[in-house]
Amino acid sequence: MTITRRHMLATAPLAAGIAALGLPGSAAAQAKFESIFMFVPAGPGGGWDGTGRAIEQAARAAGLVGNFQFENVGGAGGMVGLPRFVNQRRNQANALLVGGSVMVGAGITNKSPVTISSVQPVARLTEEAGVIVVPGNSDLKSWADLAARFRANPGAVAVGGGSAGGTDHIALGLILKALGRNPREASYVAFAGGGPANAAILGGQVGAGISGYSEFAEQIKAGRMRALATTGEKRIPGTDIPTLKELGVDVTAANWRGVFCGPGLNAAQRQALIDFMTAVHATPQWKEILTTRAWDDAFLTGDAFGTYLRQDITATEGVLKDLGLA
Amino acid sequence: MDTLAALAGGFATALTPTHLMFAFIGCFLGTAVGVLPGIGPALTVALLLPITFQVPATSAFILFAGVYYGAMYGGSTTSILLNTPGESATIITALEGHKMARAGRAGPALATAAIGSFVAGTIATGALTFAAPVVVELALKLGPAEYFSLMVVAFVAVSAVLGASALRGLACLFLGLLLGIVGVDLQTGQPRFTFGMIEFLDGIEVTIVAVGLFAVAETLHLATRRKHGEDEIIPLQGSLWLSREDWARSWKPWLRGAFLGFPFGAIPAGGSELPTFLSYYMEKKLSKNPAEFGHGAIEGVAGPEAANNASAAGVLMPMLTLGLPTSVTAAIMLSAFQSYGIQPGPMLFVTQGDLVWGLIASLYVGNVMLLVLNLPLVGLWVKILKIPTPQLYAGILVFATIGAYGVSNSVVDLLVMYAVGIVGLFMKRYDFPVAPAVIGMILGPLAEQAFRQALTISQGDPFTFITRPISASFLVVALLLAVGPKLWNAYAASRARA
Repeated sequence: MTITRRHMLATAPLAAGIAALGLPGSAAAQAKFESIFMFVPAGPGGGWDGTGRAIEQAARAAGLVGNFQFENVGGAGGMVGLPRFVNQRRNQANALLVGGSVMVGAGITNKSPVTISSVQPVARLTEEAGVIVVPGNSDLKSWADLAARFRANPGAVAVGGGSAGGTDHIALGLILKALGRNPREASYVAFAGGGPANAAILGGQVGAGISGYSEFAEQIKAGRMRALATTGEKRIPGTDIPTLKELGVDVTAANWRGVFCGPGLNAAQRQALIDFMTAVHATPQWKEILTTRAWDDAFLTGDAFGTYLRQDITATEGVLKDLGLA
Repeated sequence: MDTLAALAGGFATALTPTHLMFAFIGCFLGTAVGVLPGIGPALTVALLLPITFQVPATSAFILFAGVYYGAMYGGSTTSILLNTPGESATIITALEGHKMARAGRAGPALATAAIGSFVAGTIATGALTFAAPVVVELALKLGPAEYFSLMVVAFVAVSAVLGASALRGLACLFLGLLLGIVGVDLQTGQPRFTFGMIEFLDGIEVTIVAVGLFAVAETLHLATRRKHGEDEIIPLQGSLWLSREDWARSWKPWLRGAFLGFPFGAIPAGGSELPTFLSYYMEKKLSKNPAEFGHGAIEGVAGPEAANNASAAGVLMPMLTLGLPTSVTAAIMLSAFQSYGIQPGPMLFVTQGDLVWGLIASLYVGNVMLLVLNLPLVGLWVKILKIPTPQLYAGILVFATIGAYGVSNSVVDLLVMYAVGIVGLFMKRYDFPVAPAVIGMILGPLAEQAFRQALTISQGDPFTFITRPISASFLVVALLLAVGPKLWNAYAASRARA
């Protein structure tokens, strides 16, 4: 009963979980934890929460973990939960924090003293490329048509997406920059959530839309939206939508999700968590979850993930400065 | 006929013992969480999400739909009895419903809410069955410009609820607008009125403010007024059941509420608050005894409650037919679909016909179940009012505090609730109406976002609101609502003189 577990959380003594840490020497062989504490800086039901619970599902099924605890503290793109994690779980060797690109942007726009750089990267797990769509009956037939409009006057095409300064807005900013325009010239219309954004695009209220592929996937398959380009490194499996790179626009942007650990952990402790995530990633259950949820595998661990993260922070900061949000 | 055959197939799915059990658990849980302020259907469905790992999709969605419908029923109970709305959609119910309870008519208030919810829920589920695709296509024609004009209609209409003094009403409306604006602005990403506090970046929850203004303020007010030694127990008058007159005064508001609520639920920016406001306004205008409004008019409970439940069915329509979630609960249900690898969208009725029709049939079943569950409980609920006032209100305060904390485990929310409660105490003491503050808080930000979205789309051209025909018609309606009655009065006066 997952619900009771959540309630137990409040009373569970903090130290109880710490016992689980494997010995540093045998870490690679023993990726098992007696208990894992998963901190989700978002409300139940969202993408981060889903990622955390998917890890639980795979780890439990493979017997990699005995006990799994969750704490959800939502708000402000993770910026309410993050400081709490950093303060309370600084040295807790079995505590993981779910996070992602949204947290990178939120830390910059909110000028938060505690940012994603305050925690240590463990593993990047999934990513989702963005997709640029137009209504099915639009006279913009291809990316070239839309790019020409953007080059002439970015303001003339209203583009709908998620909240201002969020992942979608940043991706559009990167695109305009690559096309030689100022991101601020865009007519970006922010909608609260995928539903209203979808409705505005389907109804032709806005000229184009930009968001994660899953937000628009069904409408694209049904032919009610036309996908012009994706922002990923590679094409999205099972689709024939070209990437921006193929189309000669040097932009990649993806909404990635991963897990982090507290700043107080030493290298061996961090390595134990990396091994745990590597073991979770290798389970058939995890593969199955990736397929049913249509998540793109983007597994990257430790320092390689750290390098990627730093690049992502720099690029995001650049666009947000151009947009006047940083 | 295809629809009927599919629906019959759906009933075959929904009436199996397992699914009946899931529907019952859902309805029961939903009623329970609807009663608690702060813990709404969205949070409950989110907490139940892990169940999707264990049971087949149809069972899970029957459970979720039960929770969703049940919460709409349960929310009204605390609004009426304790003046503590459990859901933002039942705030309006508290206005007249609690007055009725104070006058000893809690039984009829609860009964009209339950039966009205049943009637409207069934009508709306019927509409969902037969009209879904058409209505959704129409709803897509509405863009931000139209939403803004629709909000103008709502603002003009609800300013009639402002009460005796326009100045006091406006002061409260602006207090609500101010509270609604707190947080990161959606269009620019800039924080407003957050005073550097991270907890305010996502804005202030409406139910927190409503509970502060209604429950906390009322408790404080009572505490300041009460003299030692006397216990006032609200007397129960008349029958617990609806009298012949109650029936006569309720059935039309039920129907009107249903027809108002359903389309608002279906449009992507509709929600369930707006139709409850409009229904309240409409009933006040159409009532033969408008003077009773504000003192416990049964129409003011029957209409908004019906509208509230009908909009709940409306919300499911764009979700099932287009994959567009128009409320938080719908968005979480959508993520549940995704965890099964099912994408709601235009193809859902074709690819997952059994699931969809089973779900729709279980909505009919759930409605009946909720009526059976709620009506006998009316007698039990009203007994709460027999608790002596100090104990009752102390209980309400505890209840409200737990509920408010439950929203986001945030102490800041509690402080906001008590601060608003103290403001509410002075508003009550000096006769400032509470409703405009809540209305301003809900409608203000919606109208603002729609206004700015529309202007971005039109590249700053303000005439977009009058050059788009649907938007222009809404504005004309607003204008008629504003000046129409005055013109009519002037005309009638001149006729009388002639």
